[in-house]
Amino acid sequence: MDFNLTEERRMLADTLGRYLAETCPPEKRAKLAYEAPFHDPAAWVGLAEIGALLALVPETAGGFGGAGFDIAVVFEELGRGLCPEPVLGTLMASRLLVAAGEDVAALLDGSLRYAVAMSEPDAPWALDGIATRAKGGRLTGRKSAVYGGNDADRFLVAARSDEAIALYEIGADAARVTGYGMIDGGGAAELFLEDTPARLVLSDAGAVLADALDAGALALAAEAVGLMDATMALLTDYLRTRKQFGRTIGSFQALQHRAVDLVGEIEQARSIVILAASRMGEADQSRTVSMAKYLCGKVARQVAEEAIQMHGGIAMTWEAAVSHYAKRLVMLDHQLGDADFHLERVMAGLA
Amino acid sequence: MDLNYTPAELAFQEEVRGFLAENLDPGLARKVREGHGLTKEDMEGWHATLNARGWLAATWPREFGGPGWSAVERHIFEEEAARANAPRVVPFGLAMLGPVLQKFGTPAQQAEYLPRILDGRDWWCQGYSEPGAGSDLASLRTRAVRDGEDYVINGQKTWTTLGQFANRIFCLVRTSTEGKPQEGISFILVDLDTPGIEMRPIRLIEGGHEVNEVFFTDVRVPASRLVGKENMGWTIAKFLLTHERTNIAGVGFSIQALEELKALARQVKRQGRPLIENPLFAADLARAEVELEALRITNLRMLARAQEQSAPGPESSILKIKGTVVRQALNDLARRALGPAAAPFPAEALAGNAALAPPEHARNAARYFNNRKLSIFGGSNEIQRNILTKTLLEL
Repeated sequence: MDFNLTEERRMLADTLGRYLAETCPPEKRAKLAYEAPFHDPAAWVGLAEIGALLALVPETAGGFGGAGFDIAVVFEELGRGLCPEPVLGTLMASRLLVAAGEDVAALLDGSLRYAVAMSEPDAPWALDGIATRAKGGRLTGRKSAVYGGNDADRFLVAARSDEAIALYEIGADAARVTGYGMIDGGGAAELFLEDTPARLVLSDAGAVLADALDAGALALAAEAVGLMDATMALLTDYLRTRKQFGRTIGSFQALQHRAVDLVGEIEQARSIVILAASRMGEADQSRTVSMAKYLCGKVARQVAEEAIQMHGGIAMTWEAAVSHYAKRLVMLDHQLGDADFHLERVMAGLA
Repeated sequence: MDLNYTPAELAFQEEVRGFLAENLDPGLARKVREGHGLTKEDMEGWHATLNARGWLAATWPREFGGPGWSAVERHIFEEEAARANAPRVVPFGLAMLGPVLQKFGTPAQQAEYLPRILDGRDWWCQGYSEPGAGSDLASLRTRAVRDGEDYVINGQKTWTTLGQFANRIFCLVRTSTEGKPQEGISFILVDLDTPGIEMRPIRLIEGGHEVNEVFFTDVRVPASRLVGKENMGWTIAKFLLTHERTNIAGVGFSIQALEELKALARQVKRQGRPLIENPLFAADLARAEVELEALRITNLRMLARAQEQSAPGPESSILKIKGTVVRQALNDLARRALGPAAAPFPAEALAGNAALAPPEHARNAARYFNNRKLSIFGGSNEIQRNILTKTLLEL
């Protein structure tokens, strides 16, 4: 039993954490994450240079990681630094391309940005309801909530063929792409496909897509842990320094016990992410990832709401860093399946 | 990161399983599983079985007759014992007083008392709480006044668990009213057959007799029974409480409870369908399972940290809070799963053909009510939050 990170992962976490603190301080982030292209293309290249993308891909495919704990380490730091870069789509795309035996060199060196077009308005989180059709190498349908799609070079598109869910690739200029920013920062796109010519990547991609969804959900759960640590640090600092009624507000038991409860919940969230990371590639990967995404989604909202409440009015301002952390904490539950969706997947394994 | 036990730890786990399979009487395990009260003989017999193997005093170092287990080995033993429905080792002599004497006792006290704890000649109970001193333990008022070579004790203790089986009691008593309340407390050992002591049973919420009140009227105790120096009892009490908090998460009990609950929810029908297919019940069950899975890892993380230190750190308060909340949630679901079958009292009121619930679940309501104590004793969950406020948040 050993709950310490390997030397390599610890170094990666340190490097990444420092890089994000230097290149994306709160004041800068509060501006760039909300203005097109909703991230910093220079920082994207920087992330690739320090190896944050290489860590997401196994050695056999040209990276140096790809395990559950590699994903968790990278995304926990991205969360701590409130990073708006479109790493989630890159992680999922790399899973898909590696599984299809494709070359990911350009993805890993940061020169090509991929986004994954899986969601649809009526099927946001699962493969069952996908209505986009593939016929004769052409795609028709609408893809939704494509994270990073506003500034992607290529899209990996899940579409229904006669037999199965297939995976196609298109270039950004092949389809109508409507980009937009999100309330918690970062960008996404809606994708309109009208008899769009596409390259077939995998004809039967159901299992591979399910794996990419698991990896993405694990990444978001780990991101939540980093976000919660950072938010808790802001909150604890505020409780120690803010004075009302002539004393620090942290001296009031009504706030102390609530703050302590958050610490306990965050430790539980950290534990379930460790468990889920350890189960990647095992038979219970999906159910354990769902446990993590459920619990982190639930606790993240609690931390966000409590942090706002205990900060009081200042947390209602754009200027306060805590307000941006709170938005990300709440909104990540909307990505790749919310707490209810993942709890249902856990329930399905009960009977 | 490696969530697995080492090969040596896995071998130890197998050894514990083998031992339990061979030495735990199935009749006794059934009594534990079904939640029957155990007799004194049941508990003493299990202690003797463990002692014969050298596994009774799990937290003691080898020099005092303990097995010299690591924190992980202790955890493995506790988890396996819980899974096998073994009786809990009665903690008062073994987990509480033993470590206190090893740290604060004189060589004479160690030689006199420790062997008698191990071989079962002494059954200790705890004289801490008082009617006016529960969570606020430092406000205790039972007085011990020095009179020659003796102390004379007057006052009342309460919540004395299994005191009805004990021959000795360790007490916190007030020896001074100077300074802060914490500074005037001493730790003393008392024979329960000393004149002036009266023990009365307290009937608990579910009807059982588990705890007692102890009254002291001019009870003379030799001064040699003092542990540590006069007025240093609070230091000892705090040391003892950290040891009381080992295995506080009770993960093994909760894992066992979850398995029993799932089996019950598959068996029980609502409107002709298995209860486990009811989405509201299944959602609560799934939530409890996720919390327990997380707690299992939280517990291991803190164990791994404790391996490097000698005693559990302040994080054990998180385990106490979460562990009790999870267990209580499982007890709550197990009671609800029975529907009307949870009500018969006593549970034996309906048996044989008339029984409403399977025997291992007939006491689910009683267990639910009894285990409300979990978040109250050993420092209530609110006291744990006060501790965490100071130690972790430093507010």
